[in-house]
Amino acid sequence: MKTGAYYKIKKIAINTLIHLFLISVAITCLYPLLWMISSSLKTQETIFRDISLFPHQFHFENYVLAWQEGGFGRNFLNSIIYTTSVVVGIVIVSSLAAYAFSRLTFPGRNVLFIMFMAAMMIPIPGSFVALYLLLNKLHLRNTPVGYILCMINVGLSTSIFLLKTFFDKMPKELEDAARIDGCSKLGIWRHVALPLAKPVLAVVVVFNALNVWNEYVLALIIFDSRNFMPLQVALQTFQGEFITRYPLLMAGLTITALPIIIVYLLMQKYIVKGVTQGAVVG
Amino acid sequence: MKTDIKSTLENYIFVLPAVVIFSVFYIIPFIAVFMLGFYEWDGILALKDAMFIGLANFKEIFFQDPSWWQAMWNATYITLIALTLQNIVAFLLAWACDREIRCKNFYRVVFFIPPVLSEMVVGMAWRFIINDVDGANLVNRMLISIGLPQLVHSWLSDPKTALTTVAVVHCWKGFGWGFLIFLAGLQTIPRELYEAARVDGANAWHSFKNITIPMMLPVIVLVAILTVLGTMQAFVLIIGLVGGELAGHTSVPVLRILASMRGSSRFGYACAQGISFGMVLVIISFIQYRFSKHTRQA
Repeated sequence: MKTGAYYKIKKIAINTLIHLFLISVAITCLYPLLWMISSSLKTQETIFRDISLFPHQFHFENYVLAWQEGGFGRNFLNSIIYTTSVVVGIVIVSSLAAYAFSRLTFPGRNVLFIMFMAAMMIPIPGSFVALYLLLNKLHLRNTPVGYILCMINVGLSTSIFLLKTFFDKMPKELEDAARIDGCSKLGIWRHVALPLAKPVLAVVVVFNALNVWNEYVLALIIFDSRNFMPLQVALQTFQGEFITRYPLLMAGLTITALPIIIVYLLMQKYIVKGVTQGAVVG
Repeated sequence: MKTDIKSTLENYIFVLPAVVIFSVFYIIPFIAVFMLGFYEWDGILALKDAMFIGLANFKEIFFQDPSWWQAMWNATYITLIALTLQNIVAFLLAWACDREIRCKNFYRVVFFIPPVLSEMVVGMAWRFIINDVDGANLVNRMLISIGLPQLVHSWLSDPKTALTTVAVVHCWKGFGWGFLIFLAGLQTIPRELYEAARVDGANAWHSFKNITIPMMLPVIVLVAILTVLGTMQAFVLIIGLVGGELAGHTSVPVLRILASMRGSSRFGYACAQGISFGMVLVIISFIQYRFSKHTRQA
């Protein structure tokens, strides 16, 4: 007969093993990023000799150099502008459409909705070829507007799906009350539906913001001039120019990665929700 | 009657912006890809002067383009590693976190940091860690310090190891997705099932095999579909890792499409490649979907 102490020891041993496993994976996740940040604070001389994670001296001037000499300030601003405009655009356009698909009636409603959903399922890997030609034709290539419109389209289907699912479950009483008070349809959307949808809108905002900030291929084919490029594309030009200046390159990578990590840490509740909901979509 | 029409028109205004953007930036490109696939066109001549060549592009892809098939095989190889290594790690981590343990939230937050980063940042950071400046980069120096100097290697420059290195970095970036979905799935399994099994004398392995795995099967299939679709189309990470000198041994289909368009200015051929590849993806996800329906009924 095994004693209680045996089970207790066994439980502690199993828990220790589980923690060891989890911690080792956590270190594997974090160490490369810490190494990137730490390298961005070293100098060209010490970057390959000083193997400590905390360099003796912090060379913050690398960031100033990358920001000014590397022209990263401009690209950072571009990324901020694109991300904000696209997210605002998606929130307005998709919530209007989702509200209509859920609450309003008009001929062709289901066909249109199915069309949006089908787009979510069918991958077209070569679509950037056609988008390049289309924007050329519309004289929108190498313009921020062209890029922003393309990116609004990218996030549209999923956002409409998430919002429509929410509106479908929303109780109708509040809208009825607003209608009796003489509120127009647009007014109900703006003053009743949108405020209620805040939790889903947060998911929509966070996911699309991540998506736009991290987008690469459309920005690559749409922009020729460095002045319009967002960070992800500028990084490559930057790498070409500073191929041997590793601390500057690492500073550039950190500048690109840090905003997204901060947003993630602040909004991780919504990200977890979005991943698990989004998984149901697929 | 008049108010009815007015009201319907009003309703259309709600969907109008979405429909316009969607038509211009999704439907038109979609149709254009399908049409251009049958043309030989350099993108410079007026579109009406492009040459209609029927199925010649597709014939070339299937029979005369070894670099395309190399790229397809490379993507398949990375996908197979992601399906096994990445998803097994993700599942084990989720299983380890699905219990009363300390720091659960910390782990959950940390494991999802790599997925929120861009492929470009991850690729370039790992390139610095693993390949740049032989013998002095982090990985090689670690190998030396643990007494394995014979393993020091230019992991990404050597054609023998490049593709596997790409696949491992891809798994590093991607396992957090699977982890979160698996964890959400595990948490829906009623605890009473485990309790009942334990009362009946089942050990941990038995409950894992007879409760966890069968209950999780739909989630496992779902993660598999997402992994295949995501990994087959991944390419920015590879640009970040191997940079400008894109060699055949790490090329993937989307990079071939990009090269047809930007490198050799063959827009029609690029579209034909896109169609062929898109078909493959649709077929794969359809098979997996049927498979998952089948297992759900069983």
